[in-house]
Amino acid sequence: MTDAVMTDVQTPDQMRRDRAARASNAVRRSLKKRYAAEARFRAYGIGAVGLALACIVVLFSTIISSGLPAFTQSAITLNVELKQDVIDPEGTRDKSTLINANYRKLVFDTLLAEFPEVTGRRDKRALTAILSSGAAFQVQQLVTSDPSLIGQTLELSLPVAADFDLYNKGVINKGTAESDRRVSDQQMAWFDTLKERGIIESELNTTFFTNADSREPELAGILGAAMGSLFTMLVTLALSFPIGVCAAVYLEEFAPKNRLTQIIEVNINNLAAVPSIVFGLLGLAVFINFFGLPRSAPLVGGMVLALMTLPTIIIASRAALKAVPPSIREAALGLGASRMQVVTHHVLPLAMPGILTGTIIGMAQALGETAPLLMIGMVAFIVDIPGGITDPATVLPVQVYLWADSPERAFVARTSAAIMILLTFLILMNALAVLLRKKFERRW
Amino acid sequence: MSFTFVLGALIILTVAGFYLGRSRSMASAGGTASRLHSRPHYYGYFVALWCGIPTILILGVWTVFQTPIVEMIVQGNLPERMLEGDPAQMSLIMNDIRNLASGNITSGEITPAVQAAADQYVSLVQTSALAKFVLILVVGIAAIAYARGKIAPSLRARNQVEKTMMAILIICSVIAILTTIGIVMSLVFESYRFFEKVSPVEFLFGLEWSPQTALRSDQVGASGAFGAIPLFVGTLLISFVAMCVAGPIGLLSAIYMAEYAPLKVRGAVKPLLEILAGIPTVVYGFFAALTVAPFLRDQGTFLGLDISSESALAAGLVMGIMIIPFVSSLSDDVINAVPQSLREGSYGLGATKSETIKRVILPAALPGIVGSFMLAISRAIGETMIVVMAAGLGANLTANPLEAVTTVTVQIVTLLVGDQEFDSAKTLAAFALGLVLFCVTLCLNIIAMAVVNKYREQYD
Repeated sequence: MTDAVMTDVQTPDQMRRDRAARASNAVRRSLKKRYAAEARFRAYGIGAVGLALACIVVLFSTIISSGLPAFTQSAITLNVELKQDVIDPEGTRDKSTLINANYRKLVFDTLLAEFPEVTGRRDKRALTAILSSGAAFQVQQLVTSDPSLIGQTLELSLPVAADFDLYNKGVINKGTAESDRRVSDQQMAWFDTLKERGIIESELNTTFFTNADSREPELAGILGAAMGSLFTMLVTLALSFPIGVCAAVYLEEFAPKNRLTQIIEVNINNLAAVPSIVFGLLGLAVFINFFGLPRSAPLVGGMVLALMTLPTIIIASRAALKAVPPSIREAALGLGASRMQVVTHHVLPLAMPGILTGTIIGMAQALGETAPLLMIGMVAFIVDIPGGITDPATVLPVQVYLWADSPERAFVARTSAAIMILLTFLILMNALAVLLRKKFERRW
Repeated sequence: MSFTFVLGALIILTVAGFYLGRSRSMASAGGTASRLHSRPHYYGYFVALWCGIPTILILGVWTVFQTPIVEMIVQGNLPERMLEGDPAQMSLIMNDIRNLASGNITSGEITPAVQAAADQYVSLVQTSALAKFVLILVVGIAAIAYARGKIAPSLRARNQVEKTMMAILIICSVIAILTTIGIVMSLVFESYRFFEKVSPVEFLFGLEWSPQTALRSDQVGASGAFGAIPLFVGTLLISFVAMCVAGPIGLLSAIYMAEYAPLKVRGAVKPLLEILAGIPTVVYGFFAALTVAPFLRDQGTFLGLDISSESALAAGLVMGIMIIPFVSSLSDDVINAVPQSLREGSYGLGATKSETIKRVILPAALPGIVGSFMLAISRAIGETMIVVMAAGLGANLTANPLEAVTTVTVQIVTLLVGDQEFDSAKTLAAFALGLVLFCVTLCLNIIAMAVVNKYREQYD
């Protein structure tokens, strides 16, 4: 009897158990969903990080794969006879005669001699196009530096014009229609013949490291821009390091907490976020138009970049100074040092590793900066390697910009190669900063 | 007498002053340093400062004013009839004289008057350099003699040296303010001259941008319209595309790094992501123009879309990659600053990790995240090289990211690169654009900083 009742009417205890079972079923079902959502969300995160890292990989591999070919250059080995009657028919060995002699004819004739069957004027011109215009210049350099070579026959390795260099590297190939490429079928055939004779070879492109800019890709090099970067960075360092450290020392160690110092602080933080091109406008309006400093000079470029990196250095230096514990200052003061002595003898040396790290990072930023330098005219085409801070110059990133803009196909590889060199410097600088931090960082 | 030579002489003089001062102080104290008020080397610094500061000032001022003064004298000595020409003619003649003096190629044939002026120019520069050198030498030696004479055991050398050093420190910190003033002054001054020629209303609200002013009145396509709206729209469009890339990727990777990633992964990935911020922008520009733009164009042709090779999409995508670290590292900081108790409370109520992140942490960190987005946008607006190399030049009022648009920074660069006269509306327009750019980024930064700081204080 009681049993029958029991089956019909559930006790509160049973009801609770039942509800719990139903609820736990619902929870179990929703949990599955929630865990799936959890896994999805986590996957999004991993995907985002992976995507960002993939961008780095793609970027670097694109640059490296397109830049590597620029480090080799095809050269043709020719036995050039330095004929007395072409170079110096009167035998005076006069310097201007030697400089102005027709070296083009000399090297062209040597190449034409390889193909006696080529006779027409147009054919001859097409054939000699294989040689770079730098070949004659190279012979001229050789003869003017040592006139006793005249009359001898020398085996010379001469650069090949950029288009044929690209053909040799397979960038230009027979796949494209003849009218769409800059090397004709006939020229390709000649070039192949030369190759079969074994006088075309690929050698390390030393020109790239020893020349300044040129209109001819095979003669263009990075040294001019690298020297420009060096001078610019020297000016930047000479200005921004002392000024930045002095400002940081004042603000962190001496400045009274008043309105003026507050304004300076806000100001520095805002300056750090001003677009770099605005600094270029400042340089143009103030340094060049107002003070009349020379355009395109590393001096002005360095000054503009110094103003730009100043906030970075000040902020980093202040952080380094702040990290020095007050006990050091108090101990020094207790021994009778003046406040200036406390800073110069104790606080500054202890903060120096941090300050240097910040400075290196600031300099790395400045080294990669392009936009403000465009404003002050450092985009000029300059074939001389600059010798001082007032000579017209360009810098590595601007050189990259100039070459990237060039329609010549051979400049693509050189642009990437220049980027590789620029990135190498940046990585070295950042590695140095990390090393400094690791080696000298102190936890108080 | 080159600048470096004079500078070298000046440095030698100063160093000599240091040693002279130090030895003099020892001599005046009869060889016992303890009788001196300050340590001997402070007397050295005392003399060195006396010598170094005035001579450096002379060198700086002389170098700055030498060229203008020499040119004024040379110009004043030119024959009357040459002075009568218009200013443009005058500046051409001066240019010839300058080129002749430095041995460069001149524009026209050289008249005797110009040759004479160039000779005078050369001799004046030489005289000036010599006079500068002598003056610096005399002043330096006189200063050393004077300061050395003042040295006595009772002289409070350290206090004086420290006072001077303090003044130098203050001057250095004021340079930051001077830079800002310089930026504002140069932008406002040149923009003012621009707005004298073109009304601000036309500039800010005009729909047509073609800054090529006409050389002849009948020239085609040289209306000289300065309506900057297409530039603003183009800038915003590219920044929007960039934020569409950097926003989600940056935020999600920040969440992953702050909440999920094991310590080791975090330590390795964070610096890797920072690499993206350290790559020079010119490299991104090259990447966009060489790889991304052709790739998009080819994909577009494949899908039947007409994508311009200088599309806003290509520039925006690459710019987005560049600003990922700006979003991710600041958002990461902000998420880390959310107190642990909030997380634990949420876990205690049975929430999963992602639910905690979505319902508790993100709402709590929202102000900071908004701040980081604003900083990233200001970075995108001010970015120059990527858009110069990958975006278009023609002003195009469109919201379609597949078309080519131009931006404020691109126009500043195109207007100012190369030689042009400095008073034309075309050149001055670049400064007006610069002013707009400066104001907008400054506002974004100030608001973002305020938001982030307020948020930080909330949980400190």
